[in-house]
Amino acid sequence: MKKAIHFRMIEGNSLGFVALLAVLGAIIAAGLGATYYMEHNGHWVTGMTNKVIWGTPHVFAVFLIVAASGALNVASIASAFNRVAYKPMARLSALLAITLLVGGLAVLVLDLGRPDRLIVAMTYYNFKSIFAWNIYLYTGFMAIVGIYIWVMMDNSVRQFYKAAGIAAFIWRLALTTGTGSIFGFLVARQAYDAAIMAPMFIIMSFSFGLAIFLLVLMCSMKWTGRPIGDRILNRLKNLQGVFVAAVLYFAVAYHLTNLYATEHHGIERFILLDGGIYTQLFWIGQILIGGIIPLLLLFTPLSRSRGVIALAAVLVILGGLAQMYVIIIGGQAYPLVMFPGMEVSSSFLDGAIAEYSPSLPEVLLGLGGVAIALAATTFALKVLPFLPASLADADVDPHYKEETAEASAEAA
Amino acid sequence: MSVSRRDFMAMGAAATAGAAIAPGIRLIELAQAKSPEEAVTAAQRWGLLIDTNKCNKGCTSCVDACHTENGIDHEQLKGSDATKPQWIRKVEVKDPNTGYEHSLPVMCQHCQEPPCVDVCPTGASFKRADGIVLVDRHICIGCRYCMMACPYKARSFEHEDITGQKEYAPRGKGTVESCTMCVHKVDRGDGTTACAEACAKEGHNAILFGDLNDPKSEIAQTVRSKATRRIREDLNLDNSVRYIGI
Amino acid sequence: MLRKSQKFASLLVLLAAVGLATSSIASGHGDEKHDNSRVPLPKHSITKGDKCVEPTEVMRKSHMEFILHHRDKTVHQGIRTKQHSLKNCVNCHADPETKSVLGKDGFCESCHTYAAVSIDCFSCHTDKANASKQTMRPIDAIGQKVIAITGGEK
Ligand code: HEC
Ligand code: HEC
Ligand code: HEC
Repeated sequence: MKKAIHFRMIEGNSLGFVALLAVLGAIIAAGLGATYYMEHNGHWVTGMTNKVIWGTPHVFAVFLIVAASGALNVASIASAFNRVAYKPMARLSALLAITLLVGGLAVLVLDLGRPDRLIVAMTYYNFKSIFAWNIYLYTGFMAIVGIYIWVMMDNSVRQFYKAAGIAAFIWRLALTTGTGSIFGFLVARQAYDAAIMAPMFIIMSFSFGLAIFLLVLMCSMKWTGRPIGDRILNRLKNLQGVFVAAVLYFAVAYHLTNLYATEHHGIERFILLDGGIYTQLFWIGQILIGGIIPLLLLFTPLSRSRGVIALAAVLVILGGLAQMYVIIIGGQAYPLVMFPGMEVSSSFLDGAIAEYSPSLPEVLLGLGGVAIALAATTFALKVLPFLPASLADADVDPHYKEETAEASAEAA
Repeated sequence: MSVSRRDFMAMGAAATAGAAIAPGIRLIELAQAKSPEEAVTAAQRWGLLIDTNKCNKGCTSCVDACHTENGIDHEQLKGSDATKPQWIRKVEVKDPNTGYEHSLPVMCQHCQEPPCVDVCPTGASFKRADGIVLVDRHICIGCRYCMMACPYKARSFEHEDITGQKEYAPRGKGTVESCTMCVHKVDRGDGTTACAEACAKEGHNAILFGDLNDPKSEIAQTVRSKATRRIREDLNLDNSVRYIGI
Repeated sequence: MLRKSQKFASLLVLLAAVGLATSSIASGHGDEKHDNSRVPLPKHSITKGDKCVEPTEVMRKSHMEFILHHRDKTVHQGIRTKQHSLKNCVNCHADPETKSVLGKDGFCESCHTYAAVSIDCFSCHTDKANASKQTMRPIDAIGQKVIAITGGEK
């Protein structure tokens, strides 16, 4: 007889737990302090300018938002695609989707010029703006995933499980498309004027979201003394490998299509060849650390070690941040082309590469967003049964017949 | 007797009544002067025509006049050139093939299909009925998406606290601002902008302000008879600022 | 089961609380003074005119509605009547000595402090009376014609 999947809250009174929350709390406090400093003095104390308009906070914010929808993957695979083996992890996956989104949005809001006018953002809408659509996409995402978690936890609404899973899956695709379109619709800028932006963001979300999920899963299981079977971990790491390869493929496709159009040669040359820090971040950060090395780690015998799998996930996250940096900041550092083929100069850096270096408050604010996501996750694991008691192979038998597995999940 | 332009406008109603019966006065001319209680309409479309052949390299009187009019004081600010407001700037353009050089002011191009308005989440960026693109700084949340969308770098984010604002040009930290086509002057019926006025005073007359919808206006007649272009015509944004000689 | 859904509800509440906390921290940089009294006592030092733009009672209660309504009409429609314009309030109500409506005894600020209202208007708008008297342009050709017709009378 197949064993039921048990979910159990974490104890949450060990020294380690308290220490983890204390560290995360300290980072959040630093982030809020940084916000106060930025808002009190004005944005001139950051690296952001009228040329590099969005800076490091946006790198973190967009990364977290993109990763949020990707973190939902495991749950979607379990419900929308009926893979029983993923079911025990579905709750954690949905939880991360919400907390990462909250973290990302917090950064975005705290970086506004007038965060005190947040209420305005919620009461005035311009329905032509992708930003305004996104406000709906984000709140809707939280509501739908919230309902999804509810039907997973409450047997009395069990019959909506599949519907909620599919709704959440469709919504997350819309959400990532929306986030990608924030950039894709900026026709004015050479770096963003590409329809491939939206699908590329979806693939990026798969990869970054799974990497964060893997790390959180491995840490939380390990620190609470719960087993993870080799089989399930193997599946997850293979999936991660495929996503990393897909992100690489899209990066190549994006740059090749851009190279095709003469008008984009300038920006391509900048990113790929002579953009200094942006070129380095592209080749070393995005391609090598975020792509090739993780692929080697995940698809060679090295990956038998769990430490190596975790390392690969860390590298994917670092590479992802580098990729966001290149897209968001590199795309702005390159001058706007107003007079094609002409040499231009002005008191306002026309025709010149804009300088930008991240300032401490910006980095603290970004890390604060990450800490908000992790702290909320940690706390939720303590108050609600998100984490399975065991992911040992014997407890999670993927070959088991579906109805029985459903029934056993219900028994939880 | 000296009567100010504003007093003249206050006479609006009486004047119109008088004009209707007085011979030799065309109503169309009077229609240009808006009385303060009237809302702007699409009957007007304000625009600028900049003749780069008349614009001098090194002359920044339009920029200076803009700053004076709108209380922009770069000296007062602590940030770098890239964080200080740039409502209007002089751009030097050189053709590397021919060596031909010219100089021109670039400000908000007051597009009739403005990308900044499309992307603004709250509707703070808007186009007035008479074609002037503005930021309603009362509902701007400072997200800067409009700046990302603008092809002309025409918008500035206010990076720091400001003091000593002009009564007619409130400005403050945390919101986005840009050239207003001197909307307060236009509404008052000055019939010009600070930059155009200053350029004329220098004797260059490179900037012409007027109503593109009024077939009698100098700007409408010039754009009809001369080749004019707009920056980044490929984007098809229908700018109200046109250039000669680019 | 109930316990689980209760717990779930409490999680949602928690998330909402986190959201609220961040937004209130974000907006918390106003210097609000908490005073429960709602009876404001402004300091008057009016030198121009003896009447407000609306009856005093009405103004006391609803001045913000007039200004905010006028604000939208001015900014979006270019309607620039004087009556409810903020410039106009400031020009009349500014203290003759400081020339300002702000400050401890300033007309707007003293009352708002008392009523624990915090407004951000004067971070952009000048708080000084006649901060920049506009120089009027001379009458042009059309103006001369109108004056000729009307005899310069109003
Ligand atoms: C971020 C800057 C900013 C802030 C803060 C701000 N305003 Fe304004 N306000 C403006 C600008 C810009 C205009 C347009 C001026 C013009 O077109 O002449 C304006 C115009 C107005 C007008 C119409 C012009 C006049 O003088 O009557 C009113 C009324 C007004 N604002 C009221 C307010 C009130 C009330 C507040 C506070 C709740 C406020 N504003 C806060 C920037 C600001
Ligand atoms: C012509 C000058 C003038 C202008 C313009 C003016 N006020 Fe007044 N206001 C007065 C006078 C005089 C009083 C006192 C009347 C009284 O004592 O009954 C007053 C009273 C008030 C009061 C009530 C104070 C109390 O004693 O409770 C408020 C509030 C007020 N004004 C706000 C405004 C606002 C807001 C504006 C701009 C829309 C404005 N005023 C424009 C002259 C003016
Ligand atoms: C008689 C006392 C009094 C005086 C004088 C006064 N106010 Fe107020 N004001 C208030 C009170 C009370 C409120 C809050 C009303 C509420 O919240 O319902 C308020 C609210 C406002 C608001 C709306 C704030 C918001 O965010 O909703 C604005 C704008 C405002 N006042 C502008 C002014 C200006 C400008 C002046 C000076 C010309 C002024 N007030 C003078 C008492 C006063």
